[in-house]
Amino acid sequence: MTAAPARIVVVGASLAGLTAAQRLRERGYAGALTLVGDEPHLPYDRPPLSKQVLRGPYSADTTLPRPPDLAVEFRLGQPATRLDLSERVVELGNSSRLPYDRLLIATGTRARPWPNPEEAALAGVFTLRGRDDAQRLGACLQAKPQRVVLVGGGFIGFEVASTCRDLDIPVTVLVRDAVPLAAALGPRLGGLIGEVARERGVDLRLESEIERMEAENGRLSAVTLKDGARIETDCLVAAIGTLRNVEWLEGSGLEADAKGLRCDAFCRVLRADGRVAEGVFCAGDIARWPNPHDDDALVAVEHWGNARAQAETAAANMLAGDTSAMRRHDHLPDFWSQQFGLTIKLVGLADGADAFAVMHGSLEARRLVAAFGRDGRTIAAASIDSARWLPAYKAAIRERAPFPPITDAVDQPGIRVQEP
Amino acid sequence: MKVVVDLNRCQAYAQCLYAAPGHFALHGKEALVYDPSPDEAARGEIERAVHACPVRAITAFSDAAPKDGETR
Ligand SMILES: Cc1cc2nc3c(=O)[nH]c(=O)nc-3n(C[C@H](O)[C@H](O)[C@H](O)COP(=O)(O)OP(=O)(O)OC[C@H]3O[C@@H](n4cnc5c(N)ncnc54)[C@H](O)[C@@H]3O)c2cc1C
Ligand code: SF4
Repeated sequence: MTAAPARIVVVGASLAGLTAAQRLRERGYAGALTLVGDEPHLPYDRPPLSKQVLRGPYSADTTLPRPPDLAVEFRLGQPATRLDLSERVVELGNSSRLPYDRLLIATGTRARPWPNPEEAALAGVFTLRGRDDAQRLGACLQAKPQRVVLVGGGFIGFEVASTCRDLDIPVTVLVRDAVPLAAALGPRLGGLIGEVARERGVDLRLESEIERMEAENGRLSAVTLKDGARIETDCLVAAIGTLRNVEWLEGSGLEADAKGLRCDAFCRVLRADGRVAEGVFCAGDIARWPNPHDDDALVAVEHWGNARAQAETAAANMLAGDTSAMRRHDHLPDFWSQQFGLTIKLVGLADGADAFAVMHGSLEARRLVAAFGRDGRTIAAASIDSARWLPAYKAAIRERAPFPPITDAVDQPGIRVQEP
Repeated sequence: MKVVVDLNRCQAYAQCLYAAPGHFALHGKEALVYDPSPDEAARGEIERAVHACPVRAITAFSDAAPKDGETR
């Protein structure tokens, strides 16, 4: 793998794919560069879709900025359907074949569809992953639905609920768990966000699930919950997680399944037998990689910052020549969300924490930095409207500082370690 | 133009709001919202915002129309 590549193909024309293309050019790659995307759109940004795009007043066009001299050949509106590792060829839906010297797989994830296909097909039932979804949901909100029902206690559901409240639309959020957002933020902070949502008029129902939907002329009219409650609604958004876009890799011999596409610390994709697939790299939501900040546990991080950072590492390694010149993807996961006028940020992974402490501010003030620990070490930190403090905690997490970290800063309350 | 802000980096310093009012705004204390697709006429302001941001969180480019044969 020492010869300089002459043809690079990127499958997945979104955040990771575009970022990789930019970095390849910045690093002096002058060969052929093709970006394949099954969506008809040029690469665009997703985070604004659940936040400002539905609310206005800004443009709904979130196409990502692209340097004018990028010189990529886009193949848009065309899925990759097959990968042949031995011939080094990607096949597209229209049967065209793209040979590559280096391949980046960045096909990301899609919204998990509502499990009952008949209900999922009703007019008024939505998921939100892409621009077209946002446009359809936006049109539904503009028409002032009587009530929006959001299913799922994750960030996207809460962001959409927040937007609906901004637009003065009645909202019910159904969460299966006892606390919303607990997987990402732990029960204390998740509970706090739930409280804020309720104050803003969200009808938040915990430990609540849909039994069935009712329809009139193919259009959603009501849902019945497992506890028997019935809610009239003409607009429902299922925000129940994601599925990885790995199906097109079936038969390729790569190790890819519902948990993601397995790669090593250098973003090199692995075959089912554990060997490196020569010349094939991956980045973004689809990638499952050994995370050095978690004892090399295999993780897939579905965050914007990881998609960018991993694409940068993959691009550098695609041009590196041999392994000794490659760098590890050692990105510390980070994430932001905006809802109900609050900015929530997280660094590290709070999942699996056994200790929690508010480090600055307070839960009552709803302005705080909190740290998460496990086995006496600091593993994550979250801020609510206090992002300026986070970089210091980022460093503490990287160093695996003893928990609680940074106990001598100014402006700190008495630190009390509690359960997360 | 096309604009994207790395909101992991953004620390709500609000410098972009002063440089390009109307294209960047705060919703609450820290939630930055921005126009991802401002008119080309705003180019000067947007470029000032890019340079004003102390953490270099803003990326902006003029619309690059796909060249002939670039798409599909
Ligand atoms: C509504 C919403 C809000 C979000 N908000 C935040 C946030 O606030 N903070 C944050 O950190 N993250 C957020 N995210 C997550 C973030 O957007 C993702 O982590 C990021 O988009 C991942 O980029 P990616 O390029 O890996 O994958 P994707 O963005 O999923 O892109 C993959 C692309 O590949 C295409 N594709 C799939 N299969 C094929 C195929 N066979 N052939 C060709 N193309 C294919 C897909 O259609 C898609 O365009 C949000 C996501 C959504 C949907
Ligand atoms: S100037 Fe930069 S850090 Fe400050 S609000 Fe704007 S984008 Fe955020």
